[in-house]
Amino acid sequence: MTATRPARRRSTARRLRSLPLYLAGLAVFLFSVFPVYWMVATAFKPVGEIFTRDQTLLPQAPTLEHFDRVVNGELIPGVNFWQFLANSLVVTVGAVAMGAVLSLLAAVAVARFRFRLRTAFVILLMVIQMVPMEAMIISIFINFRHLSEATGTQLLGNLSGLLVVYTAVSLPITVLMLRGFVEAVPKELEEAAAIDGAGSWTVFWRILMPLVAPGLVAASIFAFITAWNEFIVALTFLGRSTDSYTLPLTLSYYFGRFGTEWGPIMAASTLLTLPVMAFFLFVQRRMVSGLTMGAVKG
Amino acid sequence: MVSTVERETGRGAAGQEPPGGPAPHRRRKLPAPYLLIAPALILLAVVLLWPIVQMVWYSLTDFTTRNLLPNQPGPAWNGFAHYRELLGDTEFWTILRNTVVVCAVMVGTTMVLGTLVGLLLHRLPTWFSGFVSVGMMLAWATPALSASLVFRWLFLPERGLVNVVLDRLPDRLVGDGWLEYNWFLEPLPLFTILITVIVWQSFPFVAVSVLAGLKSIPGELYEAAKMDGATAWKSFWSVTFPMLRPLFALLLILQIIWDLRVFTQLYILANSFQNKDVFLLSYYIYQQGFSATPADYGMGSAIAVVMTVLILAVTAYYLRIMIRQGETR
Repeated sequence: MTATRPARRRSTARRLRSLPLYLAGLAVFLFSVFPVYWMVATAFKPVGEIFTRDQTLLPQAPTLEHFDRVVNGELIPGVNFWQFLANSLVVTVGAVAMGAVLSLLAAVAVARFRFRLRTAFVILLMVIQMVPMEAMIISIFINFRHLSEATGTQLLGNLSGLLVVYTAVSLPITVLMLRGFVEAVPKELEEAAAIDGAGSWTVFWRILMPLVAPGLVAASIFAFITAWNEFIVALTFLGRSTDSYTLPLTLSYYFGRFGTEWGPIMAASTLLTLPVMAFFLFVQRRMVSGLTMGAVKG
Repeated sequence: MVSTVERETGRGAAGQEPPGGPAPHRRRKLPAPYLLIAPALILLAVVLLWPIVQMVWYSLTDFTTRNLLPNQPGPAWNGFAHYRELLGDTEFWTILRNTVVVCAVMVGTTMVLGTLVGLLLHRLPTWFSGFVSVGMMLAWATPALSASLVFRWLFLPERGLVNVVLDRLPDRLVGDGWLEYNWFLEPLPLFTILITVIVWQSFPFVAVSVLAGLKSIPGELYEAAKMDGATAWKSFWSVTFPMLRPLFALLLILQIIWDLRVFTQLYILANSFQNKDVFLLSYYIYQQGFSATPADYGMGSAIAVVMTVLILAVTAYYLRIMIRQGETR
């Protein structure tokens, strides 16, 4: 009845026309979220609601018993959850820290210097990044057996071998990601500092580092997720040394032993997933640009 | 090309020209680049490059666990015996065929679904596409192991939600006997679930990448296409696809390489090495090396060489794109 009426009607009509789009979006959302929801929901259900044909969408009597069993009980006889968590943290954090140093050095070399083997090095990184662990698993295992014998150290059956492999695996992509960030730092800035008498170490810490830091964080999180989720190398390297198991391996072992205990399995899966999700939401944008490397920016 | 763009924006953001015009060219005393790449290069050479060489050598020997025992001779050269055996082995050909087919279906479904979702997100208002994106992030972020366990639980005989729901649906729609149906025994149902897990985890990456690509296409191109009376279908093939061609090529390559190597998901879904019908190449390699008695490292390596050749063929195409875009300069 007022003058604004037709306009409002038009917008309602437009909204109705885009309703299918919203519904499709909602369907995509539900398809993506549902398995995650089901994992968490099952983790909170008492045993009686899991061992039944009458599966309900919501836990009727939510319980923490499965989480309690995972965290305070013994997933593998003689070893508890905290040990596995510590193992996972040691290899992932260790690999990320070593990888950050190595890849930063290499990225500076590739981005700032022209040298003869530069292109060869970049191509090497791109190829290595593609050759899958799954194909190399036998020769990597034998290689580490030989390395253990040659150096007189034990690289299999404990975390040290894993630490080395995880550091190497993420290197190619982190070097390639960091290279872009180093290139983006204007050379003039470094040169100006050098003219003011700053040594190359000072230039590195005071000029380059602060500007490359976001890239380093993104690359590190990427390396963290890769190492945190890694399965096949841990499976081959750790064998029966259950003391050294990482979380994914523990979960798979538990599933192999107690395959019908879906409550604890889903609770442990949830705990395995949480840190990755937190990091993922944080690093999301960089992840896309890092992996497609420039194809979008064209 | 890309690097120059980045450098320019970097300069703009810093907004500082050194006082007194461009800086005079003075070589700073920094350690040689070779010193900087040395640690990374040595680690990569020892951990990843050398095993690739070893893999080829092992594939030409009769290497088994016996050779690892103390006081035993090393593996002996046996020429191309493993490859000849593989050529005549129908089991291997079935596994190779299944790997290629399963990978093709995974990649095809992921690309089509991801692109459609990317286009959908582009047409939705920002708040709603952000909402859907957060949901997709959850699927993308779920570790392969957790994802496989959830899907096994969803499709479990007797109690799995999918079986329960299919059982409750009217029989004339879906047939009966779903409650006890075991999805994990035969290749077709098992691979269907495997493909579902992989697509569920990979389409978000494609969708988000396509969305980022769509945002970079100037709107005028679509207006021009619209004026020419192009339908949505036509404007996709005449504007969107040509503009995003490099992106699509790259996504396609990455998906092929990621999907060829699938192991963890199959390890959980198949849950044993008993049934060779459901093997894929990576699973076969692992089984030969660590589950067969005696473990046959020579044969496992020969299969690994086949898989690596497949992957390197795809990588060659990837390198061509990278070189064209100037990423290797």
